[in-house]
Amino acid sequence: MEALSVQKVNKVYDKTVQALQDITFEIREGELFGLVGPDGAGKSTLFNILTTLLLPDSGEIRILGMDLINDYKLVRQEIGYLPGTFSLYPDLSVKENLDFFAVMYKSNIEENMDLIRPIWRQIEPFSKRKAGKLSGGMKQKLALCCALIHRPRILFLDEPTTGVDPVSRKEFWEILQTIKTQGITVLVSTPYMDEATLCDRIALIQNGKILGIDTPQSIIQHFKGTLYTFRSADIFSLLKALEDCPLQCNYYPYGEYCHIAFYEDMETAMPQFLQFLEEQGQEHGEIKPIQPSIEDCFIEIVKMHRHE
Amino acid sequence: MNSIEVDHLTKKFGDFVAVNEISFQVREGEIFGFLGANGAGKTTAIKMMSGLLQPTSGKAIVAGYDVTTQAKLIKRNIGYMSQRFSLYNDLTVFENMQLFGTIYKIPRTELKQRIMDSLAALELTKQANLLVNSIPLGWKQKLAFATAILHKPKIVFLDEPTSGVDPIVRREFWNLIYQTASTGVTILVTTHYMDEAEYCHRISIMADGNIRLLGTPEELKQQVGVSTINDVFVEYVKH
Repeated sequence: MEALSVQKVNKVYDKTVQALQDITFEIREGELFGLVGPDGAGKSTLFNILTTLLLPDSGEIRILGMDLINDYKLVRQEIGYLPGTFSLYPDLSVKENLDFFAVMYKSNIEENMDLIRPIWRQIEPFSKRKAGKLSGGMKQKLALCCALIHRPRILFLDEPTTGVDPVSRKEFWEILQTIKTQGITVLVSTPYMDEATLCDRIALIQNGKILGIDTPQSIIQHFKGTLYTFRSADIFSLLKALEDCPLQCNYYPYGEYCHIAFYEDMETAMPQFLQFLEEQGQEHGEIKPIQPSIEDCFIEIVKMHRHE
Repeated sequence: MNSIEVDHLTKKFGDFVAVNEISFQVREGEIFGFLGANGAGKTTAIKMMSGLLQPTSGKAIVAGYDVTTQAKLIKRNIGYMSQRFSLYNDLTVFENMQLFGTIYKIPRTELKQRIMDSLAALELTKQANLLVNSIPLGWKQKLAFATAILHKPKIVFLDEPTSGVDPIVRREFWNLIYQTASTGVTILVTTHYMDEAEYCHRISIMADGNIRLLGTPEELKQQVGVSTINDVFVEYVKH
């Protein structure tokens, strides 16, 4: 069964800003689904609609078999939501916050403790501390406990790892994997492309439109260009030189490397490219073919949409 | 020549040591990546270096001025751009730049030309009279950067300038950073994107108020024996 079905959802702000345009996708029960895209793509608008906080202008949404708009009161009992901004009570203690959310859902902390125990154990030593005085990572863990305390069937997480350092990000994703094993469907948004590979399926979103939905592996397989990686002594001089490259290609820095995707027959294009680099006096390391990452795919898809 | 010289710089809040005797130098025109875990003390250190927060002990010379005695001169000679978008949404692009230019006492006779040159370089001339509210995030970040360097500071502090920005705009932004550094401006930048750490000339990694590692990206990878800065980071900032 589909846990969530979103059909042609549109939302316009102030009559001019098209925040969401014909958004259509489905999430299966028990799936860890990622919404991947930059700030301003429409992710938070979509989350606010899916969590019954905002009405869409048009479209149909079914959640666990219920109509999102007509049955919004029932829907609220079944979902958990971790918004993009810290939304706990800073002047209540850690324990009081958790109690509060449990009571609001007519439950108590003990009832679903088994679900949150692995996370709760990490913040329990601070249970008397005011939530406002916690570090960023701890706040996030408490917020996750509060979103889970009524054992929702679907959990919505809006950018839980934005601005979070790589070590804490890794920890957070490990927690998400354990939540998934509890049979809870998870919709999570992120601007970090590397996190996309940790999802069962992802939707790439930009400017209110979904650019593609698939498993991360399949998105990578559908990369259209032929991708190469190489090092250069001076990457910014290289990028400048590549502006004059006569071949159909797309190039950009990628960490210490330069990535270049060709849209050519490589048998003839590669010798031409090597000659071009030589003419430009560009020193470079070995030019190796490489499997694209989700970030490479996102860049390709966005550039193609720009040209359309 | 060094733009930033930090010597045993320390900040305590009560019993809590936020920054613990850190020492490092940044050269003129260098792009220095200031990395660390959340809560490691980066923001506190940046506030001290930019004259916004007095150190408990230690010394820092920024753009030739002492942070403890010449904070005002430091503020005039540095630029600052924060992770959260720092322009006024209800002013136009031009008005925002005019406001910051005036605060930094750029002569009125020069200001308009300087703003127009800056917008032309960003290819935002046509957008000069649009409300900042109405322009895409990627443009806003570039505009915030252009505004932070309008008064021609010697040093720019960039605190997570690319947080949440799409992969293409992120790269365009780094291109701007490189262009600016190539004119001799010193850049100190924080980021949680480890691929961006590779674009820096040198980086430092902070944890629990201390600088744990400092060097070129290549040096650090060799020192730790791993192939990416992400692995270096994870190795040194285990919780």
